Amino acid sequence: MTQFLQQIINGLSIGSVYALVALGYTMVYGIIKLINFAHGEIFMVGAYLAMIFITVFNFPLWAAMLGSMAGSALLGIVIEKVAYKPLRKSSRTAALITAIGVSFLLQNAMLLIMGARIYTFPQVFQNTSWIFFGLRINTLQIMMFLTSIALMISLQFIVLKTKVGRAMRAVAVDKEAAALMGVDVNHTISMTFALGSALAGAAGVMVGLYYISMTPYMGFAPGLKAFVAAVFGGIGIIPGAMFGGFAIGIIETLVAGYGSTLFKDAVVYAILIIVLLVKPSGLFGKGGKEKV
Amino acid sequence: MKKMLMMFASMFVLFATLTGCAPTSDTIKIGVNLELTGPVAVYGVPEKLAFEMAVDEINKKGGINGKLVELVIYDNAYDSAKAVENATKLATVDKVVAMLGAATSAPSLAIGPLAKEFEVLSFTPSGTNLMVTRDGDQVNPFVFRAAFIDPFQGKVLANFASEGLSAQRAVIMGSNSSDYAKDLASIFSTQFSANGGSVLDTLYYSDPDKDFSAQLTAIQALGEFDVLFVADYAERAGLIIGQARAAGLMMPIIGPDGFESPDLNGLAGGAANVTDVFFSTHFTTLSEDKVIQDFVAAHVAFTGNEPSALSALAYDTIYMLFAAIEKAGTDPVKIRDALASTTGFKGVTGTISFDAFNDPVKSAVIVELQGGEAVNATVVNP
Repeated sequence: MTQFLQQIINGLSIGSVYALVALGYTMVYGIIKLINFAHGEIFMVGAYLAMIFITVFNFPLWAAMLGSMAGSALLGIVIEKVAYKPLRKSSRTAALITAIGVSFLLQNAMLLIMGARIYTFPQVFQNTSWIFFGLRINTLQIMMFLTSIALMISLQFIVLKTKVGRAMRAVAVDKEAAALMGVDVNHTISMTFALGSALAGAAGVMVGLYYISMTPYMGFAPGLKAFVAAVFGGIGIIPGAMFGGFAIGIIETLVAGYGSTLFKDAVVYAILIIVLLVKPSGLFGKGGKEKV
Repeated sequence: MKKMLMMFASMFVLFATLTGCAPTSDTIKIGVNLELTGPVAVYGVPEKLAFEMAVDEINKKGGINGKLVELVIYDNAYDSAKAVENATKLATVDKVVAMLGAATSAPSLAIGPLAKEFEVLSFTPSGTNLMVTRDGDQVNPFVFRAAFIDPFQGKVLANFASEGLSAQRAVIMGSNSSDYAKDLASIFSTQFSANGGSVLDTLYYSDPDKDFSAQLTAIQALGEFDVLFVADYAERAGLIIGQARAAGLMMPIIGPDGFESPDLNGLAGGAANVTDVFFSTHFTTLSEDKVIQDFVAAHVAFTGNEPSALSALAYDTIYMLFAAIEKAGTDPVKIRDALASTTGFKGVTGTISFDAFNDPVKSAVIVELQGGEAVNATVVNP
């Protein structure tokens, strides 16, 4: 039983990573119906930025986190303006393919700039672990878990309660009508990308702290898993992304702990296929209606 | 008269070019085919520096048999096709007496057949794949290596676990994506069982994995065990060490030469986690042996850095070749024969002889890490 509960804790911590990435994924999809495959790479850039801020400029962790979020937000805006905006009127497939292209571009640009070697994220955080009833848990795990919940709540708040959020929802329903009502569509979409990318940047910093090793490919696998998590919870639905992330994390850990790690990815992708076949709108999806 | 003058002039030019050629045709040309750029440049570059250092040393002493040594260096960029192209150029255009390299197994495997075809020695410092010196079941007579091969490390580590650590029960973790890890895991397991120990479980993971907490939690449920063998490179071994310590697994963790990396402590989440960690390797600067200490001092003076195992292997590689050239002259086939008969060569990576498969028979070193620092080294004989 202790082993099972420990595995659940392990699953929740890896699930927090997926949830953090999935939140940004799902928000961008909710607003402009684009699966931004470059999201995982923005997450990678965020981790590298934080590492550079800490090792080169001696920033404290909180400043590095803010700097990395700002940098990622800026990168998100630039990507949207350069790569996605010209395609806004094209088919969704064109935008999707471009997103994959942007993802490879960022990966290889990082490879060119930083090289293929592994960087280690500086250990600026004193990670202590506690034992409760034979279960081990450490500060970083708790921090990641709480951050993902806090970000989920604040995102939900921004989208549902603020003026920017109302503009986002309006753009999601009908771009032309929103523009006629005086909503600045370009500005709103930029804001969406900035917010989503800042989240990815924050996730990158957390993952850097937790898993330490960093390569230009580090965003790819978590990006895909987060995509599965977002679909599992219902893509476009913010609480769904978080629960999807936790669920995928736990499933993966249980498969690795009781079966073999070699199957865990297969199981996760099998879930993606089953969800798409059985309930394409996801666990939290209502089906048919426009989602935000 | 004018004609005569022309003839003199042309003869003079001819003579000048001939004498101009003379010093180069009088040097001993050794080809170098290394990974100097690309993903494994970290292996090739230190080896190149060690070669250059050795050539500098020998030329200062007047060369070999009165002839200076010259290196012809080509970069294969960890690309097998490029390595083949380089080897062809070295053997046919540059007409080197022997070739050194490559640093890793894949390009070394690609060069092997060419070395045999052109009858020019190919001597790799660190290509550890079993097949590098083989041609099917037979030995490839023209390929040699200075590093011990992976099966040997698996054996040495199992013996060290049984005798050095008095371990009875072991758990193995390894990557399923590399032959390096799989071979080491299976040989360790066989030898450890033969020593009377029991392997509780062998867990495989895939290379992109970064989270090993599920497996570490699962092995805790297996009950007490004395040693964790991680058959992998530092890239993942570091993460496993850190996560194992965080999960409360405090037993000794042992592994192969892949552990040796400046990033190990960082990946393990701090030097404090890298305690009771042991790995086998080719060379350590900890030794008090004068041969090794002199090499370390000379390497620091030449490159500004302490030598790694790769530098040491490359240094031994080129000195074994020098010894063979000294004995056999500059005929590539005679050099091969002289190298094959090397016995008891005193190098910085141990005392080296070659077996029937052109693999070295030599000792290994087990390095002990406490608080991220190498504190102790034990020589283990085969």
